[in-house]
Amino acid sequence: MKLHSNEPDGKLSEKWEKHKFQMKLVNPANKRKVKLIVVGTGLAGASASASLSELGYDVHTFCIHESPRRAHSIAAQGGINAAKNYRNDGDSVYRLFYDTIKGGDFRARESNVHRLAENSVKIIDQCVAQGVPFAREYGGLLDNRSFGGAQVSRTFYAKGQTGQQLLLGAYSAMMKEVNAGGVKLYHSCEMLDLVLVDGKARGIIVRNLRTGELETHAADAVIVATGGYGNVFYLSTNAKQSNVTAAWRCHKRGAFMANPCYTQIHPTCIPVKGDYQSKLTLMSESLRNDGRVWVPKKKDDTRKPSEIPDEERDYYLERKYPSFGNLVPRDIAARNAKEQCDDGKGVSESGLAVYLDFRDAIKRDGRKAVEARYGNLFDMYYQIIDSNPYEEPMVIYPAVHYTMGGLWVDYNLMSNVPGLHVLGEANFSDHGANRLGASALMQGLSDGYFVIPSTIGNYISSTDLPKVSETDKAFEDAKKECQDYIDKLLGIKGSKTVDEFHRELGLVMWDLCGMARDKAGLEEAIKRIRDIRDQFWKDVHVSGEQNNLNQELEKAGRVADYMEFAEQFAIDALHREESCGGHFRTEHQTEEGEAKRDDENFSYVAAWEFKGVGNAPELHKEELVFEEVQPSQRSYK
Amino acid sequence: MAAPKTISIKLKVWRQSNPEAKGEFKTYQATDVSPHMSFLEMLDVVNGDIIKAGDDPIAFDHDCREGICGSCGAVVNGEAHGPKSQVTLCQLHMRSFNDGDEITLEPWRASAFPVVKDLVVDRSAFDRIIAAGGYISVKTGSAPDAHCLPVSKVDADAAFDAAQCIGCGACVAACPNASASLFVGAKVSQFSLLPQGQPERKSRVKKMVWQMDSEGFGNCSNAFACEAACPKGITVDFISRMNREL
Ligand SMILES: Cc1cc2nc3c(=O)[nH]c(=O)nc-3n(C[C@H](O)[C@H](O)[C@H](O)COP(=O)(O)OP(=O)(O)OC[C@H]3O[C@@H](n4cnc5c(N)ncnc54)[C@H](O)[C@@H]3O)c2cc1C
Ligand code: FES
Repeated sequence: MKLHSNEPDGKLSEKWEKHKFQMKLVNPANKRKVKLIVVGTGLAGASASASLSELGYDVHTFCIHESPRRAHSIAAQGGINAAKNYRNDGDSVYRLFYDTIKGGDFRARESNVHRLAENSVKIIDQCVAQGVPFAREYGGLLDNRSFGGAQVSRTFYAKGQTGQQLLLGAYSAMMKEVNAGGVKLYHSCEMLDLVLVDGKARGIIVRNLRTGELETHAADAVIVATGGYGNVFYLSTNAKQSNVTAAWRCHKRGAFMANPCYTQIHPTCIPVKGDYQSKLTLMSESLRNDGRVWVPKKKDDTRKPSEIPDEERDYYLERKYPSFGNLVPRDIAARNAKEQCDDGKGVSESGLAVYLDFRDAIKRDGRKAVEARYGNLFDMYYQIIDSNPYEEPMVIYPAVHYTMGGLWVDYNLMSNVPGLHVLGEANFSDHGANRLGASALMQGLSDGYFVIPSTIGNYISSTDLPKVSETDKAFEDAKKECQDYIDKLLGIKGSKTVDEFHRELGLVMWDLCGMARDKAGLEEAIKRIRDIRDQFWKDVHVSGEQNNLNQELEKAGRVADYMEFAEQFAIDALHREESCGGHFRTEHQTEEGEAKRDDENFSYVAAWEFKGVGNAPELHKEELVFEEVQPSQRSYK
Repeated sequence: MAAPKTISIKLKVWRQSNPEAKGEFKTYQATDVSPHMSFLEMLDVVNGDIIKAGDDPIAFDHDCREGICGSCGAVVNGEAHGPKSQVTLCQLHMRSFNDGDEITLEPWRASAFPVVKDLVVDRSAFDRIIAAGGYISVKTGSAPDAHCLPVSKVDADAAFDAAQCIGCGACVAACPNASASLFVGAKVSQFSLLPQGQPERKSRVKKMVWQMDSEGFGNCSNAFACEAACPKGITVDFISRMNREL
């Protein structure tokens, strides 16, 4: 099947305005009668819930957390981009659009990205009006910082807690609507299935995580904003409960999964210490504004960093990429760190780390200035590593961080399943094969505040949606399937814990589907993933019972989904015989070791259709058309 | 970095299978604990052993494991989030303990935070307080340009300090009266320090305080235990500010 983006034709910069005018509206009096389900209360879900309720829709919002404010978005550190050009440094909507398309290595849809850049400016206005305390300058106006992949300063921030402040803004806007009666909130509820009636998404099955009960919820449309799947690698910077479950179960009901192999490995994270390690901690990219990345020139150098004189240090990013220096995009910075370590130049006990050094920034601007910018990040580092970054360089190593792939959506953010809309990190839409820093927060809020409120109305008013009830057969059947699945998991009573399986899967993913991939490795990965999955269903031990808070059961369901998803991930990586952005196939690189795209054969979105567990999924393509930007070999030299 | 040697810890943990159950302390032994482990990683290992022994693992809330989501929290030897100041339980590392230490672990104790299971409590009272008025009413799309309204850096920074609250509930757990004044004071102050917050300033504080009282949180009697327990270093000055706003 050829997939269509359903974007309007016409000039790129006028598409969104034109589309907004062409879309049908829902009569204000009828909106209260339209029931919408929103799954997720991260930036995307919370902003969508608030905005849809303000328009008058009857919104029912679900999250797995015990409070909506705890969504993973809370952990975002560095900032959010917007083309405000407050710095007068040459920024514009077009430049943000261009940087994002190029940063994504020409694997994103132009129309979506342009709309994102347009919306970026309104997001900042909205957040400031909500009382989000962004960093300000002495004159009282907003401050900006730079982020990788851009040569302008367009990142707005609130110390190293930008995600927290933006999420609390969206959360409070949503809670205002809870108070007004427009949003009904279901916390501690996990979506386990999507219910289709006549081929349209009409509801969900959730498990109440406190009581264990399975509940059915019907609606006119379903909006899924459940975040990314980085935890398929077990170790990642994602919060522990981040999962692919909601998205994967939608996929199993027919929604296509797009570009699952596009994963972002973030260059600056705290390195792994031991096998008990439960997650990895990001050190924000903003640190690369002032921190200089280096390794000793000599292999296996065991001297303390302070004992290594400047001429014996290799500031390899500054050397190789003089015009962007330490601010190259993430995929490039990550790959270079790996290369240095593979070459024996890595530091720290494991040899799997490089330095991020603030010595020169402190010398130049003073400790106080550096503290004002990064104080909380330095504290966090100190808590974990027990070493003081004001005195000793940080040790960092790349870690899985963000997933560009996700459920396929058209320009309206609707999947190929009518009525199922997907927002935020859970969709594949705007970042191509590599996301630029500070653009996920922008996308989540653009989707939730400004896109879905317009596009959902068009779907509702142009679709025949007869009443459905939670006791209809489709709901009862789906509920029964969920029940059987839970019974099966609880019934195995094997000998290994869920975490043990998850770790094992993660290692395969990291070793064979991580920063560098090749054909043989990916084939091996598929084999090993299947083995682990078989073992899981024979030998996992899920303790406890269903009708109670049971965190092991929650984890088991999520890991089971990762085991299926992982296979598709590897299949996608294997089929894409090119390198682009975060997807680096060692067979496809330039002489200088950079990613080598194959535009002739792979300039498309790979959208996979589920064909049963263990069966090859079917590939559908959405051709990418570049009318505005000419794809070129990315250069940050 | 200190050379990693391992330590052993005796854990006394509050076990309560559901909200109605009575609950009791149970003892567990954690051996081979690396000082580089976080407190929650130590609990993961203990839970692995419990599962293998065929029992129900200790339930505890957690998510980000980097001190920002506010999910984790337990009273460690009588102190909310444990012995180190300004860190959450997930950021506490085992290097803060010595070989042979005995650690008592309990959930937050407050009638407004009923126990769900083991160390997990229900903090939805906080969400209801926010719903009562913890926001600036601005509809999506109606905001003027962000630079229409300059805010002095001093006020903006102070508002940020207040806004750092992660809603973990340690302040309530530490307070002899189980008051939520620090939580509410911080949110009230964030908005009253900003020009955007002025139109609803008077009604906001009233609604939030009313909700706090009706959730069953106690009164503030200036014990300041909340400030000492707060992992984000939020100060009691914000409680004074809230009282002035009332
Ligand atoms: C450490 C870190 C730092 C980051 N820093 C930045 C940054 O500085 N700038 C930037 O732009 N981006 C950053 N990112 C990326 C960005 O934070 C995320 O991409 C973004 O917040 C995702 O938002 P979301 O709304 O799509 O999903 P999330 O915030 O992940 O929310 C998912 C929601 O779905 C719910 N949910 C999940 N599964 C289910 C289910 N099965 N049933 C019911 N509910 C479910 C959860 O409860 C939650 O409410 C960072 C990411 C990390 C990990
Ligand atoms: S787990 Fe998020 S604050 Fe501790």
